[in-house]
Amino acid sequence: MFKPLYWLTALTAAFAVPLTAHAADSKELAEIREQIKQIKESYEARIQALEARLKEWENKAQAIESKAPPADSTINPTSEPRKEAAVEPASPTAARGAASTGIAAFNPAVSLVLQGRYANLSQDPDRFGISGFIPGGATGPGKRGFSLSETEFTMSANVDDKFFGQATFSVTPENTIAVEEAYALTSALPPGLTLKAGRFFSGIGYQNEQHQHAWDFIDAPLAYQAFLGGQFGNDGVQLKWLAPTDLFVELGAEVGSGENFPGTARNRNGANSGALILRLGGDIGYSTSWLVGLSGLQTHADNREYATTDLFGNGVTNSFTGKSRVGVADFVFKYAPNGNPLVTNFKLQGEYFTRRESGDLTFDANGLLGLTHADAYGSRQSGWYLQSVYQFMPYWRVGLRYDHLNPGTVSYASNAAFLDNPGFAPHRASLMFDWSPSEFSRMRLQFARSQTLPDLTDNQMFLQYIMTLGAHGAHKF
Amino acid sequence: MFNALRFFSLVLAISALPAQAALKIFATVPEWGALATELGGQTVNVYLATGPLQDPHHVEAKPSLIARARSADLVVATGAELEIGWLPLVLQQAGNPAVQPGKPGYFEAAQSVPLLEVPGKLDRAEGDVHAAGNPHIQMDPHNIARVAEALSRRMAELDSANAAAYQTRYQSFAGRWNEAMAHWEKEGQPLKGVEVLVHHRAFSYLEHWLGIKEVAALEPKPGLEPTSSHLAEVLELTQRQPVKMVIRSAYLDPRADEWIAARAKIPIVVLPFTVGGTDGAKDLFSFFEDTVQRLLAALK
Repeated sequence: MFKPLYWLTALTAAFAVPLTAHAADSKELAEIREQIKQIKESYEARIQALEARLKEWENKAQAIESKAPPADSTINPTSEPRKEAAVEPASPTAARGAASTGIAAFNPAVSLVLQGRYANLSQDPDRFGISGFIPGGATGPGKRGFSLSETEFTMSANVDDKFFGQATFSVTPENTIAVEEAYALTSALPPGLTLKAGRFFSGIGYQNEQHQHAWDFIDAPLAYQAFLGGQFGNDGVQLKWLAPTDLFVELGAEVGSGENFPGTARNRNGANSGALILRLGGDIGYSTSWLVGLSGLQTHADNREYATTDLFGNGVTNSFTGKSRVGVADFVFKYAPNGNPLVTNFKLQGEYFTRRESGDLTFDANGLLGLTHADAYGSRQSGWYLQSVYQFMPYWRVGLRYDHLNPGTVSYASNAAFLDNPGFAPHRASLMFDWSPSEFSRMRLQFARSQTLPDLTDNQMFLQYIMTLGAHGAHKF
Repeated sequence: MFNALRFFSLVLAISALPAQAALKIFATVPEWGALATELGGQTVNVYLATGPLQDPHHVEAKPSLIARARSADLVVATGAELEIGWLPLVLQQAGNPAVQPGKPGYFEAAQSVPLLEVPGKLDRAEGDVHAAGNPHIQMDPHNIARVAEALSRRMAELDSANAAAYQTRYQSFAGRWNEAMAHWEKEGQPLKGVEVLVHHRAFSYLEHWLGIKEVAALEPKPGLEPTSSHLAEVLELTQRQPVKMVIRSAYLDPRADEWIAARAKIPIVVLPFTVGGTDGAKDLFSFFEDTVQRLLAALK
């Protein structure tokens, strides 16, 4: 193993000698010889020290092997082949190489997210609603008392030199398993292009692509709940192109099944949802980074049913058929002194949503009231949130969020005889503290005052833990 | 002799310039950026992904990094999981097939270096451990020499039009580097066997090189902030086993070091940790010169 060291010495000598031969006199030559001799001696001393260390390591490694099971699956199959290691694999790194050969060496990166919570809500979560907004998807503050949040299981690896694959399964507290994301991503398309295919969270907005455990608050902003049913994902294809500029300029386009709120499954060929995304980003010095985005999503709904209460206080199920178009403008701004977020850092994030729906609304769609009636429907609504999170000392953060929705204009045509348009602006203020003793664990306390229905205030308190096991997660911006 | 070499490489560099645009290098940390500049001179265009005061582990896959990785010809990373939190995501989102791991455009310095502190057991209860070993390899100039050889070959492979220029520059660098190492080793003699405290286990290679003895770390586990109980233990230890100084890199929170330094009555030595980490550490040569001088100054 020590031959390369000798080689290095010899090589050094080889550079030095011929070049100096004509220029230098014999005194200089003698000096150089002396230097080489010194280098050689110092290497010999170091080699002896290294040999002693190696012995020690071998003894340790044997001791460990006999005690512990081999720590396999620690090698990432994507790591570069060690084709140019200057030292033969008898070095300490060889222990790792030896431990991860065999069938497990190509295991994908595996990680598990454990989450649980306690909620104290002053209003009944079963009666949650957002006044003036047709509900859909997963909304509301969740269960009262103790409950498990979704447990997330992710596996990812390079498929080959052209594709990367990742799947995330979420196990709900109700013991069902959902495929949250499962996609293949290209890594060898012409420069700047990436194509993703499968099930994935849409790239619209800033927070939409983030998994729930990576959010800065326990629940989604009201705008996400009202316009996208919490978070929008579907089965489809996404193409992204990154411009060859120092400024981050990214264009994205998606087509998909559009099966989830605000769309529905439609049993037909072609795409049922489409999205366009433009994003710009960059740095201001080492301390500040920013990202802004504009995106649009169009989906279609066929008989999208929802439950509500009519003007006379009767519970009724209506359905909507038509087109839904969501536009999002988002920004995020992060500051850390000298770009080093370890001690303190600050993050400001906001998104503005607008949605237009047009089509037909059927009142009493299942005929339970005997009043089934269909007519044109149109709505134009908007909403926004602004949140900031400040890490004031290592491990500790505090965050503040304000949500506001504008009910806008809703036209029920002749269905206005049954349904009203209250004009109430739902809003919510949230305050959170979290403590992350390492990169892999976080505890959170959140208070919120939520006014999503006229004359009802829900005072909420949440306690939450998030634990990440296994492969090191990515530090997404 | 070196003047002639410099002149020769300059002539080569200038003659090669119009032939091809500069090799765009994305260096994850300043030391590899500085090395690429030493080895490439005018024929390379170096972008530094992190600054000297940033912890290279705690970086996010920022838009600026993705944009720069998109147009890079060569990504020079440390490897050994130093950049595991962000570089894979940056490369994935950049959509640049030339710099994906496994391709010639992706270079990991740690592949050329024998790593210290390879854990026998992997458990996050032991803190933020690196499965491959301690990744802070830049603190030993012998490692710089090993990486220089491999990186120079890689640059010549990617930019074959300038291969001869890279070879010349590498030879010039290696000659000057060996001379400088002999000088630092001579100067650093008094540091042999000196007992020190460190803030983070980031100096293992430096200690190994100069024969410094690390008595304890202020962090209870790698990557975890010092706790008061652990600091008290370390202080007690220093009373039984006198230490000469406490060493930290510039980007870490100084409070724990100040606390222990005041009580154990020892100086704090802030080491550059990378090129640009202190005002004196302007390039790779002055980085080690400054490191050795700061350690020697604390000894007096």
